[in-house]
Amino acid sequence: MGRKNWLIMLGAAIFIGVFPWLVMPFKAVSHYVDVMVFAGIFSLVCIGLSLLMGYAGQISLAQAAFFGIGAYTSGILTSKFGVNPWLAMGGGTVVCATVAWVVGVPSLRLKGHYLAMATLGFGVIVNIIFAEEVNWTGGPSGMIDIPYLRMFGRKITSDLAWYYLVWGIVFLVLIFCFHVLHSRVGRALRAIHEDERAAESVGVPTAGFKVRVFMLSAVLASIAGSLYTHYVTCLNPSSFNLMWSIRFVLMVMVGGMQSLWGALVGTVLMTFVGNEWLQVFAELEILAYGAILLVVALFLPGGIVSIGGFRRKRRQSALEGAGT
Amino acid sequence: MGTDFLQYVISGITIGAIYAMVAIGYNIIYSVTEIINFAQGEFVMLGGLFAVFFAGTLHLPLYLAFICAVAVAGCIGLAMDRFIIGRARESSVLSLIIITIAVSILLKGSAMLGWGKDPYSLPAFSSGGPIMVAGAAIQPQALWIIGICALVVISLTLFFRKSVYGQAMLACANNPQAARLVGIPVRYMVFLSFILSAAIGAAAGVIITPVSMMEYERGALLGLKGFGAAALGGLGQFFGALVAGLILGLAESFCAGYLSSGYKDAVALVLLLMVLFLKPEGLFGNREAARLKKF
Repeated sequence: MGRKNWLIMLGAAIFIGVFPWLVMPFKAVSHYVDVMVFAGIFSLVCIGLSLLMGYAGQISLAQAAFFGIGAYTSGILTSKFGVNPWLAMGGGTVVCATVAWVVGVPSLRLKGHYLAMATLGFGVIVNIIFAEEVNWTGGPSGMIDIPYLRMFGRKITSDLAWYYLVWGIVFLVLIFCFHVLHSRVGRALRAIHEDERAAESVGVPTAGFKVRVFMLSAVLASIAGSLYTHYVTCLNPSSFNLMWSIRFVLMVMVGGMQSLWGALVGTVLMTFVGNEWLQVFAELEILAYGAILLVVALFLPGGIVSIGGFRRKRRQSALEGAGT
Repeated sequence: MGTDFLQYVISGITIGAIYAMVAIGYNIIYSVTEIINFAQGEFVMLGGLFAVFFAGTLHLPLYLAFICAVAVAGCIGLAMDRFIIGRARESSVLSLIIITIAVSILLKGSAMLGWGKDPYSLPAFSSGGPIMVAGAAIQPQALWIIGICALVVISLTLFFRKSVYGQAMLACANNPQAARLVGIPVRYMVFLSFILSAAIGAAAGVIITPVSMMEYERGALLGLKGFGAAALGGLGQFFGALVAGLILGLAESFCAGYLSSGYKDAVALVLLLMVLFLKPEGLFGNREAARLKKF
């Protein structure tokens, strides 16, 4: 990963490190630590989705389903079979990777609209399973009494401990993903996004790469789901429905899907919008999401992080124009 | 056993006709613009709820409510293209998908504001009890649904095959620039496709409301199943959509009857996935032509 990304990461790490100490002294905003735990968990999903959308150019409307598979695998293994939570988390990633492979191999042959519909259909099916398999998942009334996560022999219960655990994982994942992007794989992904046929003609195994990125995004969503399970300790199918898949797409779009930092910024912003600032409007929330999604897709396709880079991009496209 | 079977066939055909009409809505827009409109299902919901508004709140006669609801939905379809999709015509497929999803959320949210979260019903189109055939009961409304669906399929097929407008619309899909060169007003044809598609979706919504009620969040699932029918029949194929819609409806009805009613919504979706994976061009589509299209 480049020097610029290391600098941004250092800045982000410092900000994340001191954030709780900035908000905790003030009662009105002290619960922002809790909101940021959710933001961190959702960031894991969105980093994966950003790789898939922004770098491989494929859309998935099934991320909430993978998030849910991770969550329910953890929930069921730990509460019904007494499996160690970390082991259960690993189990969830294996399940998700397998499912993503089974679904991904045929559906990534499809493009654009068909792929979106295939992932959409898959997501809805998974949600129906969550609601119907009452013996395992508790059905629509939900699943409760999921054990806490333990680390070094101690239960992790405080918001602050969760905050540092989740964001620590987010940064590890970010470093991993930047390494992936700056390797052959990353260049291949960008080539696929630019022009799939051209990439294929110079020997990039496009299908294989797309499936692997899809699996990676599913695994990240699964880890996020497991963390979510142990943080909230109760599960309900409505947390993993189509609206959540769309929310994840929205988070990535708002921040900017061409950049992992964009996914991070968008996720934190939209989590605050959803959990905090739009609570006043309750019923209107869904309208606000639609409006934000529409405005971003129409007028700011590069997301928030593209605002500063506007001029550079224009010069670049002018150069490209001169070249052709 | 025999009676049950017949009963499931009847309810399968009824709901299948609805899916077929939703599928036809997708087909019209797709035929002209190669866009898949993810908001298609919301027009079905809006049709039903607007009919409830006109018939229940304004006390219009049922046939007038039907016409008004379809007309309002057509206007919303037109506005959607005029103010939103039209601006993004040059965008990537990814952006267009996201834009139509955003529109569907907006429509759903507005419906929730307007009608609340309760399901609404309409009186059946004609009074009278069910007709008994070999022990199975056929609601008169089911006959209305099947009849209107057949009417829509036949008139659209004729429209696209025989009329100048229909031919002009198809030309826009094949090659918009060439169509413009021979004097076809492409922009108006696209408007027309959105109006038609929204209106047919809304008509499906009005006729199903007396049978299964309508609420603000029904749109997404109806839209998804309708897309299943469109894909199974082959995108752009009107007759294919009809057959595929009936297949989906029957499969769903048999699953609900013999296997599990909880999983009945999953049946159409599993079929959708299987079609997309195994035969993306659909049952009646042309494999060669499918390769050239941008799905």
